[in-house]
Amino acid sequence: MADGAERRMSAAPGITLSGQHSIGGAPLFAAEMMLPGGQWTCLLGPSGIGKSTVLRLILGLETGGDFVGQIAASDGQSLANRISYMAQSDLLMPWLSVTENTVIGARLRGDVPDLKRAEALLDRVGLGPHAQKKPSALSGGMRQRAALARTLMEDRPIVLLDEPFSALDAGTRADMQELAAEVLAGKTVLLVTHDPAEAARLGHQIIVMSAGEATAWPTPASSPIREINAPETLTCQAELLAHLRQVQA
Amino acid sequence: MTRLNILWALLLGLGLWQALVILTGAPHFILPSPWRVAQAAWNSRVVIAENAWVTTLEVLLGLVLGTLLGAATAIHLAMSKTAERLMLPILVFTQAVPVFALAPVLTLWFGYGIGSKIVMAVLIIYFPVTSAFHDGLTRVDRGALDLAKSMGATKANIMRHIQIPHALPALGTGLKLAAVYAPIGAVIGEWVGASKGLGYLMLLANGRAKIDLMFASLITLACLTVVLHWAVGLLAKRLNTYALGVAPQTPAARAGRA
Repeated sequence: MADGAERRMSAAPGITLSGQHSIGGAPLFAAEMMLPGGQWTCLLGPSGIGKSTVLRLILGLETGGDFVGQIAASDGQSLANRISYMAQSDLLMPWLSVTENTVIGARLRGDVPDLKRAEALLDRVGLGPHAQKKPSALSGGMRQRAALARTLMEDRPIVLLDEPFSALDAGTRADMQELAAEVLAGKTVLLVTHDPAEAARLGHQIIVMSAGEATAWPTPASSPIREINAPETLTCQAELLAHLRQVQA
Repeated sequence: MTRLNILWALLLGLGLWQALVILTGAPHFILPSPWRVAQAAWNSRVVIAENAWVTTLEVLLGLVLGTLLGAATAIHLAMSKTAERLMLPILVFTQAVPVFALAPVLTLWFGYGIGSKIVMAVLIIYFPVTSAFHDGLTRVDRGALDLAKSMGATKANIMRHIQIPHALPALGTGLKLAAVYAPIGAVIGEWVGASKGLGYLMLLANGRAKIDLMFASLITLACLTVVLHWAVGLLAKRLNTYALGVAPQTPAARAGRA
């Protein structure tokens, strides 16, 4: 297990992004950021600042604007097909069972899905007994678990998370953070979030975006995932919140 | 409850009809009484059944072909931006031509048999099916499409595994419209030139002043349309249930939930 984690860690590349993004000529942000390989980077900032745009740029999706700059992996290889993505909405197909949703990536590529592996992953996220149910029969937390299993099924070294836990109730959210930290260990993760507590718990690195720049925010000395009620987590969370309120204003 | 309501509505309709006959004192060759129509229907039941069968066949074939054609067009339009740009305006423009006005031409081209009626029904339902299905296909959540792209999906597979299942309820809506329109297309085709079918029978009865038979044919046609609408409604419901992933409500499931 430890060997596997180490191997993955060395396999997960870091990402550097530097450049300017503008929509219809109006600049949205200028940023320079480095996402260390095999670690969690949490990205915060006011709404509309372009956090999700950063994520879409790395994913290579349309952003409705122009980006001038560079996005590169630290190992010099292309980022294409090395990233998986999980959003706030679970994006499960309502007509498919949980298992079929987990393997939809293979179906979409025209490959034969590995149903055994899907079952094992569903067991790992605690959905084993619900594998044959439709998403409508699951709770919000269970649906996000299914989405996480689908993300894991893709087995990509880089994972981009766009506020995946923000719609969950507090208890479920804390559970999901722990589960995600465990199962995504060793991958390069970019987590877009609005929640300072989440960033303080999960981030190896925290970046705060504002119109002019993207600045690193000091993280607690211990390594994630940190206890919710550890003093350093709470201090980081409080200071980060105060800072975000200034950025807002 | 609903069955009782239908029965009441039926009785009310018949009562109003009878009242109209008595109050206006209209002769039976202008407005026959319900009883007279029932008698005519019974006496001519074989003729009505034969012609109803022809009309049913025209409507069903028209519905199936029109749906296949409409669905194929919608998929093609949703997959190709060029096709969408070129064909959508043409499709909308063709809707400006009343299909009924084409009936004589269609009869000329496809003959007096059921061919021209099927083409008529196909033409009349083609647009509602195409536009409803196309709407459903293109209204897929952008997040789902992004997810699919990040997974390295091909366009055809996105269509097959995401867009089509997602658009099934919209197709159901189109089909419900089509079920109303298809009989109209078939009957108009029959009026313009036919030797069989309920529309033909109505004209024939009218020409021979057998107004009671004409009414009987008309009511048969209405019943056919209602049955068709009901059946297609059931199908649309099933498509909806499937796409939303809601398990059919069995008594056991209801009890379990309670």
